[in-house]
Amino acid sequence: MNNHMILRVVGKFLIPYIMLFGLYVQFHGDFGPGGGFQAGVIFASAFVIHTLLFGVRETQKIAPEWILKAVSSAGVLLYAGVGVASLFLGANYLDYDVLGAYPVAGQHLGIILVEFGVGLTVASVIMLIFFTFAARGEVDGDVS
Amino acid sequence: MLMHLPVLVVLAPLLGAPVVALMRGSTWPWVLSTLLSWFSLLCAVLLLVQVQSQGLVIYTMGGWEAPWGIEYRIDFANALLLVLITGLASVVLPYARLSVEQEVGTERAPMFYAALLLLTLGLCGITATGDAFNIFVFLEISSLATYTLIAMGRDRRALTASFSYLIMGTIGATFYLIGIGFLYVMTGTLNLADLAGRLPAINESSTVRTAFAFIVTGICLKLALFPLHLWLPNAYTYSPSAVTALLGATATKVAVYVLVRFVFTVFGIDFSFGMEPLAEVLIPLAVIGLLSASTVSITQPNIKRMLAYSSVAQIGYIVLGIAMGTAMGLTAALLHVFNHGLIKGALFMVLGAVMYRMGGTSLSDMQGLAKTMPLTFWAFVIGGLSLIGVPLTVGFVSKWHLILAAIELGWWPIVIAILVGSMLAVVYVGRVIEAGFFGEAKDPTRREAPAGLLIPVWILIFANIYFGIDTRLTVDIAEAAAAQLMAGGIVR
Repeated sequence: MNNHMILRVVGKFLIPYIMLFGLYVQFHGDFGPGGGFQAGVIFASAFVIHTLLFGVRETQKIAPEWILKAVSSAGVLLYAGVGVASLFLGANYLDYDVLGAYPVAGQHLGIILVEFGVGLTVASVIMLIFFTFAARGEVDGDVS
Repeated sequence: MLMHLPVLVVLAPLLGAPVVALMRGSTWPWVLSTLLSWFSLLCAVLLLVQVQSQGLVIYTMGGWEAPWGIEYRIDFANALLLVLITGLASVVLPYARLSVEQEVGTERAPMFYAALLLLTLGLCGITATGDAFNIFVFLEISSLATYTLIAMGRDRRALTASFSYLIMGTIGATFYLIGIGFLYVMTGTLNLADLAGRLPAINESSTVRTAFAFIVTGICLKLALFPLHLWLPNAYTYSPSAVTALLGATATKVAVYVLVRFVFTVFGIDFSFGMEPLAEVLIPLAVIGLLSASTVSITQPNIKRMLAYSSVAQIGYIVLGIAMGTAMGLTAALLHVFNHGLIKGALFMVLGAVMYRMGGTSLSDMQGLAKTMPLTFWAFVIGGLSLIGVPLTVGFVSKWHLILAAIELGWWPIVIAILVGSMLAVVYVGRVIEAGFFGEAKDPTRREAPAGLLIPVWILIFANIYFGIDTRLTVDIAEAAAAQLMAGGIVR
């Protein structure tokens, strides 16, 4: 990809906006269309573009595998943990009403946290799957 | 705490899996997953006690009432299954440590235990939930975990075994999902109890009948009914010993439960057996399956593969009981689900111990085992007798009930088929026992398997004898479950 100057410049320009859009879809999810799964995929696609332009090794310096594994587990734990929190507050599993001062506040908080957990896991797992395939037969950090 | 039991059974492995995946080495992941499986077993047993006093336990997820939300709906049938799954997990996990260190390796051990917990989670979820789509989600969780676990086998052929199961399993799950889609279009609900209430009015519609065909076929692929069983022998033969034990004892049994749930609760007996030719389709397949798979077992040089074919045959007995469409047949089927879980779990674990010491599970590795590894070998003998159906073992209890159910209907050819199947079991178990007693040991210096493997094996063997003598618990629960299912399962 070293000789594709235009692609590299345009790609670099796009990556922050893709990430921003991912975050928008993530945190707008409880008001409009969106949510953790879609946001995670969009966010991970920024890293996929980075890999296509600069090679797996460069991207893995930014997002090392062990961090991705930790984040993917943390997302599941966050989701399940919200449910456990409602158990401890005396309600059924994943009942958001008890999480806040009043039911609507609790529902906002619960949905944001749960969707954030989904987003974390989806983004990191998609990156892990992509790296697993992209790093096969890898020579000198260039995808060819 | 007690009111949250239905979710706690599923929650323990869900919380454990991500933590275990992040650990290093093989000891701590093993300790944590073992403790969690014991916790799940405790919850499942308490839940069974609760069901015995209340008849039905309902748990609404997030406080959303069904049919809007997802509910967990525990009656006798799934309480029994939950005890079986968590019970087997509680025995297989302690056993796993040594065999995993040898067969999978320390490096991949955390991922192995995480996948094993996810498998338990998926199986418990399928069993506990009262929502058709939720069943699909848990089915996918357990299936994906199974594919990875099979692929961790030492033999390179584990990869192709895992891949062909992936293809077949996905087809099965897709068929199930298509059927659920049809039902959703017709009724606008995914809740099983709600579906059961709405379906009788639109029974005549071809969409519902198509949905029935898709769902039954899809599930029969997952439970490996002849001739949809081709994925099973390789998957069982090449996966790590601990995985084979858990899969052989629980995975197909959970699919049987889903079949029972749909045939009896959701669609109802009148529809399944009256309007649809369910018995006419399932009975020939079950009989051919149990006879042909038992015959094929006899010729297998690899004992693990022999037991895998025997599992296909046992599924034949279970499906036969379901296809009778009577309370007695259903009781026998549910009993055999539980009892065969105990039998196959024990036998596959014995083979794991043989694998650990001898490095293989072919008939030549079993030669002279009575002298070199007497405790392991006697466990195989007792488990094998239970598989045949000798009195004082669990295998006898369920076959006895199955024969009684067939006699009640006056189906004498079926009685003969069951007896012939048992005779074939005598032959294939017999040749292993013969090799063990009279064969010349390959290497007389090999010692008995370590206690870490033997204790879990013998716990299951004792369970085989205990539930074979004291049948009150299992028979009572199976009868109560069958009565509930025959009544349509709508106990409010």
